[in-house]
Amino acid sequence: MTQHYAPLALYIHWPFCVAKCPYCDFNSHVRTGVDHTAWEQALLADMAHEFALTQGQRVGSIFFGGGTPSLMPPRLVGALIDSAARHWGLMPDVEITLEANPSSVEAARFADLAAAGVNRVSLGVQALEDEALHRLGRVHDVAEALAALGVAQANFARVNIDLIYARPGQSVEAWRAELERALALGTEHLSLYQLTIEPGTRFATEVAMGRLHPLDADAAADQFELTRAMTAAAGLPAYEVSNHAQPGAESHHNLAYWRYQDYLGIGPGAHGRRGGVATLRLKKPENWLSAVARHGHGLVEETLLEPRDRAREALIMGLRLREGVDVARIAARTGLRAADIIDDAGVAQIEAQGLLRRAADHLIVTEAGMLLLDSILREAVR
Amino acid sequence: MSKFPLERIRNFSIIAHIDHGKSTLADRLIQFTGGLSEREMTNQVLDTMDIEKERGITIKAQTVRLDYTAQDGVQYQLNLMDTPGHVDFAYEVSRSLAACEGALLVVDAAQGVEAQTLANVYQSIEHDHEIVPVINKIDLPAAEPEKVRAEIEEVIGLDASDAVLTSAKSGIGIAEILEAIVTKIPPPKGDPHAPLKAMLVDSWYDPYLGVVILVRVVDGVIRKGAQIKFMQAGTTHLVDRVGCMRPKLEQLSELGPGEVGIITAQIKEVAQTRVGDTITDAKKPADAPLPGFKEVQPVVFCGLFPVDANDFEKLRESIAKLRLNDASFSFETESSAALGFGFRCGFLGLLHLEIIQERLSREYDLDLITTAPSVVYHVYLTNGEMVPLHNPADMPDPVKIAHIEEPWIEATIYVPDEYLGGILKLCQDRRGIQMNMTYVGGRAQLTYELPLNEVVFDFYDRLKSISRGYASFDYHQIGYRQGDLVKMNVLVNAEPVDALSMIVHRAAADARGRHMCERLKDLIPRHMFKIPIQAAIGAKVIARETISALRKDVTAKCYGGDATRKRKLLEKQKEGKKRMREYGSVSIPQEAFIAALRMGEGT
Repeated sequence: MTQHYAPLALYIHWPFCVAKCPYCDFNSHVRTGVDHTAWEQALLADMAHEFALTQGQRVGSIFFGGGTPSLMPPRLVGALIDSAARHWGLMPDVEITLEANPSSVEAARFADLAAAGVNRVSLGVQALEDEALHRLGRVHDVAEALAALGVAQANFARVNIDLIYARPGQSVEAWRAELERALALGTEHLSLYQLTIEPGTRFATEVAMGRLHPLDADAAADQFELTRAMTAAAGLPAYEVSNHAQPGAESHHNLAYWRYQDYLGIGPGAHGRRGGVATLRLKKPENWLSAVARHGHGLVEETLLEPRDRAREALIMGLRLREGVDVARIAARTGLRAADIIDDAGVAQIEAQGLLRRAADHLIVTEAGMLLLDSILREAVR
Repeated sequence: MSKFPLERIRNFSIIAHIDHGKSTLADRLIQFTGGLSEREMTNQVLDTMDIEKERGITIKAQTVRLDYTAQDGVQYQLNLMDTPGHVDFAYEVSRSLAACEGALLVVDAAQGVEAQTLANVYQSIEHDHEIVPVINKIDLPAAEPEKVRAEIEEVIGLDASDAVLTSAKSGIGIAEILEAIVTKIPPPKGDPHAPLKAMLVDSWYDPYLGVVILVRVVDGVIRKGAQIKFMQAGTTHLVDRVGCMRPKLEQLSELGPGEVGIITAQIKEVAQTRVGDTITDAKKPADAPLPGFKEVQPVVFCGLFPVDANDFEKLRESIAKLRLNDASFSFETESSAALGFGFRCGFLGLLHLEIIQERLSREYDLDLITTAPSVVYHVYLTNGEMVPLHNPADMPDPVKIAHIEEPWIEATIYVPDEYLGGILKLCQDRRGIQMNMTYVGGRAQLTYELPLNEVVFDFYDRLKSISRGYASFDYHQIGYRQGDLVKMNVLVNAEPVDALSMIVHRAAADARGRHMCERLKDLIPRHMFKIPIQAAIGAKVIARETISALRKDVTAKCYGGDATRKRKLLEKQKEGKKRMREYGSVSIPQEAFIAALRMGEGT
């Protein structure tokens, strides 16, 4: 089942943040006095454990996510990259991305991070309005973010900006102006996320208490359509629900998720897919650290996925892409028949509405359908 | 054992409005005569079902035999018949009354005479009963026994000068009631040597004894081991047990004329025992059955469907079990495209419907969808044939219909003056025809003729809410009349939803249709396409709403760590979809059907 020819995607989780943002439901924690030596040893051990199970494959991408991985000492980042190179070997065009906060403190490390091997950064700019940044709980302001972006562009060939839109009270005109400014910044890649109120976040509490009013779905839909049109016109068309890039500048690492290729996840709470096995590591930093010390890895779950589960995941992930999914390939990889994977009647119905397109073995969600992807999945996936 | 002397038997029932203290009084009488020890007394001994206790109503007739030594030193046998207390069970009530020679009329000292009470009193009078007025709850602060005494005389026309004043709750006046029963109510008549003639008053299923039959012997003697014959049903059975309830079963060797008791005869189903049938000796039968037998016919129909389609078999078994003990409701399999497989059930009335529904969900743990209740229409076809219509879905093609008749009732409503205006308007709105209106001491007694289908929806609830609970209501059927009735279909995405179709009067159709469309618009979630909702009579659309298309349903962020979570969410959603019904590609949640069909909400 494992695809020996496809390069591995390696995800490394750094769980620490300076502060927790009110919209964030990621595995992030605020801690002081993190023992960097202990964390380096543990992450290296966790990586070695995964290597032992995936020998013979090469790494095509590394992604440092979090948390705030730009808080990692560049030396630690370098040590992890070097270790991956020693274990698996890196593809010549390896993409090494690090998520960074656009603050002056972190920008000061960009040169060292680049020297350590990072060749792409994803900047959590989030908004180009100070008031909005404040509401989102960000510690930086727009000026500081733009300064950090300048430093990033000077140090890395590839830069992405994250923005959050469809924010409470945001008008379509305000978003148009903000997106115009973002497109003018000249990055090759933009991740543009509609604000989602996730359970368990401070925003969820505020919504429940009636203090925060999410934008209504129709207004959010208008902004989504505007976003697709503007980015396409600017030469960064959407290649995934929320991701836009110049052709060729797509994130290799994230494409591995959406194409449902194997990915290894190390560090607290990291998920992986290793030859049909879903891996999950202990979420809480302290628990993960002590587990690695005891067992040599931070795994808490290794689940062999049923062919049906893998096919479902491949569709859930793959239909997010403009390129769609190759149903025949999923069938071949899971040993199922195409008819076991997709619901032909459901597909026909959605196709008739112009929300989905079948081309040979491919299933592609149309531009009109992308806004309704979750509804489409319910009808199309068996 | 020699037969109990007729002159020392008293058979009586208690007539009372709900809440006027009938059950408490019965308990006190049992306690006073030593039927049960203090320890054995739980409140309201005679109401054995949970629902009966909760609603304070009696569904099955119960009986209890009391031994009472009167002030004259003679021991009497008192048989108390506890009759069903609701208009839905009017026939059962009439049979219970026929088994008695007298009745206690219990009136609440604070609330006075109610319509329900009146109807039963008149029935009791029709059976030539001696009626003993009892004014209960005299120790309440709001008690006005003298006013109530006057009311009994004025409204009912009974002499209430020696009405017994009691408080069953506090045990006041119990001895006086017992003495009044013995002195005022006449003993039964009967011939012990004549061929057996006993009335089947009621029956119920007991898991240990099988079907238990409550009988009142008129002539002759019923003995253990005798071959008996049901004269209406034509079946014969072997009596294997004779007894009476005290209220626990006490076995006897025989029951003689005038006596009330129970028998068992190895009968498995209550349906084999029809209330009002005459029991006679199979070898020496009586020449004619007792008068007054009637075949009970369900009046109100509705569909009962399991929320979870997998519960269909469980529902079938549960309904069959319930029917073991209640032959008065009918059921047959029904299939609805919207609701799947279920049953079309017939009931004696709305309360009966609610009781069955509640017992199914409570005792058998079933989640049910109940379709809108409907009455039986008589559809006359152009070829002269008459088709009884129980289910709107079965309505014949309109071009083949000559005319439709619907059942009408005569309703007696008793309402305090201040709410009269609202009640009159309600009756007018429901196509009522006023027949009579009289005022009695701050209250009006209204007689209206009303179409039954206007009453089965929410009439009673509206009546109660308009009058803040003070109006009372009673009715009986008066036959069928022609009406301008049409079948209203509800179409979702151009497809008719069978479970929502209903028969309505043409004049009310627009409002009903508009209301239904508005409801559904709120109840059906948005889909990927826009959904027209229409109410139509034939091809003519009378109301329309549109659910606009869902525009956004997409997860903004989905990376490697989200695959598992998203898959589990999708699986859960697909599971949820199984609980929906597909209509013209529209998934309608069960809750939407339940809410749209819920009785008594602003229809």
